[in-house]
Amino acid sequence: MPQPLRLRELKVGQRAVIHTVSAQGELGRRIRDMGLVPGTEVEVVGRAPLKDPVALRMKGFTLSLRNNEADYVLVNLAPGAAG
Amino acid sequence: MERVKIALAGNPNAGKTTLFNAVTGARQHVGNYPGITVEKKEGFARVDGTEFHILDLPGTYSLTAYTQEELVARDALVDERPGVVVGVLNAAALERNLYLAVQILEMGLPLALALNMMDEARKQGLTVDAARLGELLGCPVVETVARTGEGVGELLRAAAGHARATGGVRAPLDISYGPDLDPVLARMVARIQEEGFLAGRHPARWLALKYLEADEQVLAAGRAAGPLAAELEGMAERVADHCQRTLRTSPEAIIADSRYGFIASLLRQGVLTRPDGPSRADFSDMLDRVLTHRVAGPLGMLGVLLAVYWATFTLGEHPMRWVEALFGLLAGAADAALPDGLLKSLVVSGVIDGVGGVMGFVPLIMLMFLFIAFLEDSGYMARIAYMLDRVFRIFGLHGCSVMPFIVSGGIAGGCAVPGVMAARTLRSPREKLATLLTAPFMTCGAKLPVFLLLTGVFFPGAEATALFLITLGAWAAALLVARLLRSTVIKGPSTPFVMELPPYRLPTLRGMLIHTWERTWQYIKKAGTVILAISVLLWAAMTFPQLPRERAAMYAAEREALAARAADPGLDQAARQLLAERLALVDNTEREAALRHSLAGRTGAALETITAPAGFEWRTNIALVGGFAAKEVIVSTLGTAYSLGETDPEDAKPLADRLRVDPHWSRLHAVALIVFIMLYAPCFVTVVAIRSEAGSWRWAAFSVVFNTALAYALAVAVFQGGRLLALG
Repeated sequence: MPQPLRLRELKVGQRAVIHTVSAQGELGRRIRDMGLVPGTEVEVVGRAPLKDPVALRMKGFTLSLRNNEADYVLVNLAPGAAG
Repeated sequence: MERVKIALAGNPNAGKTTLFNAVTGARQHVGNYPGITVEKKEGFARVDGTEFHILDLPGTYSLTAYTQEELVARDALVDERPGVVVGVLNAAALERNLYLAVQILEMGLPLALALNMMDEARKQGLTVDAARLGELLGCPVVETVARTGEGVGELLRAAAGHARATGGVRAPLDISYGPDLDPVLARMVARIQEEGFLAGRHPARWLALKYLEADEQVLAAGRAAGPLAAELEGMAERVADHCQRTLRTSPEAIIADSRYGFIASLLRQGVLTRPDGPSRADFSDMLDRVLTHRVAGPLGMLGVLLAVYWATFTLGEHPMRWVEALFGLLAGAADAALPDGLLKSLVVSGVIDGVGGVMGFVPLIMLMFLFIAFLEDSGYMARIAYMLDRVFRIFGLHGCSVMPFIVSGGIAGGCAVPGVMAARTLRSPREKLATLLTAPFMTCGAKLPVFLLLTGVFFPGAEATALFLITLGAWAAALLVARLLRSTVIKGPSTPFVMELPPYRLPTLRGMLIHTWERTWQYIKKAGTVILAISVLLWAAMTFPQLPRERAAMYAAEREALAARAADPGLDQAARQLLAERLALVDNTEREAALRHSLAGRTGAALETITAPAGFEWRTNIALVGGFAAKEVIVSTLGTAYSLGETDPEDAKPLADRLRVDPHWSRLHAVALIVFIMLYAPCFVTVVAIRSEAGSWRWAAFSVVFNTALAYALAVAVFQGGRLLALG
């Protein structure tokens, strides 16, 4: 299995599966509470005009988080995903 | 009659407020939880002879101790002892919405679920088996569409039935937290039950979980409750260490993962069926491709912000005039009905003018809240935050800070009162505070006449450029000071942004109107209490002590002498005119003397030594003191102080002429004064608004003291610097 990527490195339109969430404290809690837990499938659906924050489609809703927050999330590209 | 108490819980954007409005209609009441700014909403409804008392909890994704909303929701669930909790779920995002529901079940509370927004879920091709979900969780599940009222009656009947059947308690839901946590959880539960630790308030297993999550509120409550706390904390620490060493993770993370695992397995048991193949691109995603596009997004946002600003102040102008006219009529009636003297002055200048000035803002506030309700309910507000966050984060603010700044006068002519109230959309406490404290720097409509006067006199022909520079200066000041505050008194890491971009929805008119009316009514109530009191105090400061009797008598004698001469029938038109002018001059001189003699006047004079380095003399000081009542007062007070009588703030011509020739004034004086007025203490209505948004008088007082000190420092720097460069 290839090395997990940081969520920040995904391009718009790419799909991936969450590998680990290493954030602690309030940030970790908020990320997990929103359902960003290992095994979750996400798709990057957009980036803000200044490239940050990023918007993810997951579990039937859209979540946005800052790039520096996304750095705590490692992902594996979804099999058969474009790019 | 049977009474059932319901607590309404749910994620933000799950339609909880819409459901609350659909159930209670106008029978609701909004207040604040004591000491904090989270809204407390209660309402009543009657269905089939059962009276429902409904408590609308703040919308949350979870029940941790990290945010005020979640703490409030959690405390209300424990303390208010609802007969049943109604969990509002967005059926289109069932997995995440069930996360909160599961936590409520773990607290041992009877739960009835509303599968809301079923219409949206169906459109996405999702099938949800409500009966199966209810069976698995052991609670009634009702499909609803709160916008249309579909299923609402059935939901209430099911909730009441569940409350009756359970008697307000049920066995807490037991989820397995895996081989690393389950054994220690069991030991903790056993110890908690043995000692009866915090018994009656929380189920043992929930308490143990909170210890594993290192929940600050529960830890504090535990320490106060007894020695078992130390033992439990020790057990939690050991298992945390173990998890960190062997799994590189924390119990907190394992708990969240397990909950989502539980939910996923629940949904797989025939509850949720997704359509085969890739999901259709939904409407919101397509809209987002345009509305948050790299180029079109910011342009569209600029358009929307301009439109909100323009509509608020253009549409608000006329009703504002009507309110002012109404209070003008009242003042006229009081003027005619009361004999001359202090009582009349108090009623007319203190009460009617004071409250009238404040009520004049009501149309603006209503419109602003109406538009903000539209932006929030439609989902666009979240996109504004999303697009601007990168910029505002640099200054320690949040993307949502843009709205308060613009409404406050980021486009010259706004008003800080609705601006500060617009900060309500900010959910991050530190970012919100920094926004509240800096938004009043913007050029509000009441500062405009002063700026117009000064730029017109000292920079003739360049007024537009000067005003543009002032507006830019205000933005620079607000952002830089926000940065300063965020790295000093409001220090702390930025609140995580992690935010849902809710699907675009057409807001319901009813929801927007209820929302607008609630906020406006809170403001009106304030006008009748705090603001009235402060207004009377300011009136007193500008009235007392009165001129000594002999001086008042002197002016009266002069007036009488002039009146006697005017009574001479032999006078011609020109002489009469002259006498009338002299009479007016006497009135003005007396007004000036009285103001100079009052507490406000003395303060102004006493401050002269302090303000001299900034180039302000006592007349300016009095005007600035008066400006605390309302910034419009600066021009009219300057007029009085310069002995020109009732100066209309809209028409500052005579005062302008006076300043132009006054040897005391120079361009440098004007610039220093502009800088000071831009930055100094917000008017007291804004201060009261800051108090209610920040939740404490401390921050309101801070805004007065800090802003004034900053304004003074900068005005002195400008004046003295200019002197050195020989600009003055």
